[in-house]
Amino acid sequence: MNSQIQMTEAPPGVEGQGFFATRLDSVVGLARKNSIWPLPFATSCCGIEFMATMASHYDLARFGSERMSFTPRQADLLMVMGTIAKKMGPVLRQVYEQMAEPRWVIAVGACASSGGIFDTYSVLQGIDLIIPVDVYVPGCPPRPEQIIDGVMRIQDLIGKESIRRRNSEEYKKLMEEYMIK
Amino acid sequence: MSITNEEIISYIETNLGSVFEVQQDNYGVLTAEVPVHQLYKLVNFLYKDLTYKFNNLVTLCGVHYPDNKGKEIGAVYHIQSMTHRILIRFKVFAPIEKPELPSLTGIYAAANWMERETYDFYGIQFLGHPNLKRILNMDEMTDFPMRKEFPLEDPYRQDKSDFHFGR
Repeated sequence: MNSQIQMTEAPPGVEGQGFFATRLDSVVGLARKNSIWPLPFATSCCGIEFMATMASHYDLARFGSERMSFTPRQADLLMVMGTIAKKMGPVLRQVYEQMAEPRWVIAVGACASSGGIFDTYSVLQGIDLIIPVDVYVPGCPPRPEQIIDGVMRIQDLIGKESIRRRNSEEYKKLMEEYMIK
Repeated sequence: MSITNEEIISYIETNLGSVFEVQQDNYGVLTAEVPVHQLYKLVNFLYKDLTYKFNNLVTLCGVHYPDNKGKEIGAVYHIQSMTHRILIRFKVFAPIEKPELPSLTGIYAAANWMERETYDFYGIQFLGHPNLKRILNMDEMTDFPMRKEFPLEDPYRQDKSDFHFGR
């Protein structure tokens, strides 16, 4: 086998002859975090940076995310890249609501995170006003390396979370705060 | 041979009488301030006129002069004759308490969206418009953002206040 290929390390567990015992959480987390299906919600220049991230040079596929999902129903990760106008807000929220659990959100760039330079009447001042966000990537626009770093932070989150995050009190409270469902 | 502005002015005055007040313009475009009640009559005349054929409403935009008492809110119409390559410009003003102008949708179909946009940003009521509602901003918006009293930045935002920057 080519020694340059890196395999994901096995989670901590008990290994014996012909068996390996570990927590179900960590196995599921391992599988989930290395097979994220992102939904690109690209509205402006950060979306162009994302295209570079997806293309061969930076190659997001190395992190198990080569499969873009253009329907929210099959996506795990909503990547919001670009300025979200207030008129676009309900659309974004609907896309988020259509995603099946478990779902994660990454806000790429200054506009998605805070409204950026567009401090004006027509622009939403950060998508976290309407949907919960897991990871913020700064930059205007961020370099592909930064977007990859953001995806890796998402991977860290996914790997550590319990299988049924949606049943936790904390998560339910968060959804209530945003009045989702 | 090109048509001069004076010819058009005298032509309109012969047919309609004195309906507007010609203003100074640095670019040779015939510019006039028209009273609200004369606007529809004047534009309708120019549109149907067979001599000059002003068949194109180029643009319409709103203006807000808060210090211009009684004439705070205005609209500027650019009307063109494609046949003769003449552009004329009309300014109409209304008080801010009652920003009402006649709709030109009956004359130019192009006025429909232009008037909706002007309503959206300046709150001008175009009387007789078939569907006067917001076109660009979200329907829930209650302000008219291009008016001078409207703050340019989002007024609901706290994290950019002077306090955080030591001002």
